[in-house]
Amino acid sequence: MDWFVYGFSALAIASAIMVITRRNPIISALYLCLTLFCLAALFVLLEAYFIAAVQVLVYAGAVMVLFIFVIMLLNLDPEKMIVEYFQTPRMISVISALLLFGFLTFVFWTNNITGERGYDFPVQITQGGGHLKAMSSKLFTTFLLAFEVTSILLLVAIVGAVVLAKRKV
Amino acid sequence: MDYSGVMLVTSAAIFTIGVAGVLIRRNALIFFMSIELMLNAANLAFASFSYFLNSLDGQVFVFFVMMVAAAEAAVGLGIIIAIFKNRKTVDLYDLRLLQG
Amino acid sequence: MESIPLSWQLIKISIILIMFISMAPLLVWFERRVAAFIQDRLGPNRVGPIGILQPVADGIKLIFKEEFFPALSNKVLYFLAPCISLFVSLFVFAVIPFAAPVEINGKILYPQVANLNIGMLYVLAISSLGVYGIMIGGWSSNNKYSLLGGLRASSQMISYELTMGMSVAAVVLFFGTFDLQKIVETQSGFHWGVIFQPVSFFLFLVAALAESNRVPFDLPEGETELVGGYHTEYGGMKFGGFLFAEYLNIVTLSGMMVTLFFGGYNGLEWFSNLVDASPVLNAVIQFSAFSIKTLLLLFFFVWVRWTYPRFRYDQIMRLGWKILLPISIGNLLVTAMLIYWGVF
Repeated sequence: MDWFVYGFSALAIASAIMVITRRNPIISALYLCLTLFCLAALFVLLEAYFIAAVQVLVYAGAVMVLFIFVIMLLNLDPEKMIVEYFQTPRMISVISALLLFGFLTFVFWTNNITGERGYDFPVQITQGGGHLKAMSSKLFTTFLLAFEVTSILLLVAIVGAVVLAKRKV
Repeated sequence: MDYSGVMLVTSAAIFTIGVAGVLIRRNALIFFMSIELMLNAANLAFASFSYFLNSLDGQVFVFFVMMVAAAEAAVGLGIIIAIFKNRKTVDLYDLRLLQG
Repeated sequence: MESIPLSWQLIKISIILIMFISMAPLLVWFERRVAAFIQDRLGPNRVGPIGILQPVADGIKLIFKEEFFPALSNKVLYFLAPCISLFVSLFVFAVIPFAAPVEINGKILYPQVANLNIGMLYVLAISSLGVYGIMIGGWSSNNKYSLLGGLRASSQMISYELTMGMSVAAVVLFFGTFDLQKIVETQSGFHWGVIFQPVSFFLFLVAALAESNRVPFDLPEGETELVGGYHTEYGGMKFGGFLFAEYLNIVTLSGMMVTLFFGGYNGLEWFSNLVDASPVLNAVIQFSAFSIKTLLLLFFFVWVRWTYPRFRYDQIMRLGWKILLPISIGNLLVTAMLIYWGVF
């Protein structure tokens, strides 16, 4: 189990670095898919099975397909800009990003997770009819309003995307 | 077994990579992918907190973040296509009309 | 009750994998023979008895062909595309149950690779990745026809995935679980899904035909207009990979339809009662019930292929978005209302 955690974490980070350093957008998009898969695997290791399935279904199956579709449709040339990574303003941004990483890591390593503990223990979830049931009862009771607002958001996004991409008649 | 540290540091690393991508890249599509990376890093943090605090609320939030990300990707890519139709480029440094 | 040890699991997985993979060449032969029967000719009959070794000969030919990469193509992605297609079609089959769990020496054996309690979600998630192989294959060949085929395929598969997901949602709502093993158990005694969810079955059937890119939805290949679609530039075993994946997909989709709508491994209980079968023999009988139903559906797939002409691209899109999707949403609503009122 340990090695799965370390392996998938390392693979996720490595492919995330590839996403932002490749010149060809399609290659970037495929590396992003790999990152998303590794994250789905990490979700499984965190016992978030439903989230892992939805991660593959929504991200890898829908969002990234949309990305690749758009990239293929636009048929862009690869950027000719590898040298520009090393110009001063970019170096400054990379350094500040590294500082951010250092800060976050410091916070996570030095502090134990504090906060109110919940009551969703694995044993109780299994007895209560499985992970999906526990999750959906939360989703449709406590978070019902948020759920409905999300559906309106998706509707707005559909209409927005159609209006934006529509040809002028 | 406690691997909270590993998960959270992974999440921090991916978030940082996303930030760096937004800062150094000028292709609008890769810019968007970096934003997806950041959202995913947040998701991983949510899921690991949910696991270590024995509460499913974190996973419900991951679900919402995914829905918002899907909506954002649809609208964002629509905008990119609209820009490309008008300007024949998706280079963010060439799209400085509002900057005057 | 504990589950079986890891070494057994590995043996089980290998057996399932070999059986599943050997379905593809058999299906190629079956399709050619049925096509010949429908067109009133003989079909392949030279290699082996009634030509059954023809696919082996074809496979040997494909393996010994030159490994060719088109100029200016992206070599890595060009190679990766058929691999992704194969990976996806092999992975979906992992959760399909073809017999009830068997108890051997107090240990429980699930006759499928993985018994997930989110089995149906897993199927939808993995099969939504099938589009990558085709898109990447079309893009990396650096050929206009391939790119057009890839774009057509991806838009078609995305459109029909929605219908498939919606029809499956109604079925899941009806059975009240994502667990495929439980779905099949609920259908014992001829309470088959197709009786209670006929509209879902129809939608799933059409979506399955479209997802597997077969006639009348074979626009992505469309040899008369696009030369060969996304695999125009492919040859040798890399083309063989695409072909393999397509046939394995058909087997998987038939298996899914049997599981969801035709009672899975149920249907021959009267026979196992008749011979008073032991648990292992019972599993064999259940497996044959599953196989017979799957074979009948495979025959249906081949039959459709040699009966219908190809749709036009705009017709496919109109059918998917303006007809099937509204019907599937309506079906989901009606199912939900009937469950709420306690009719089911």
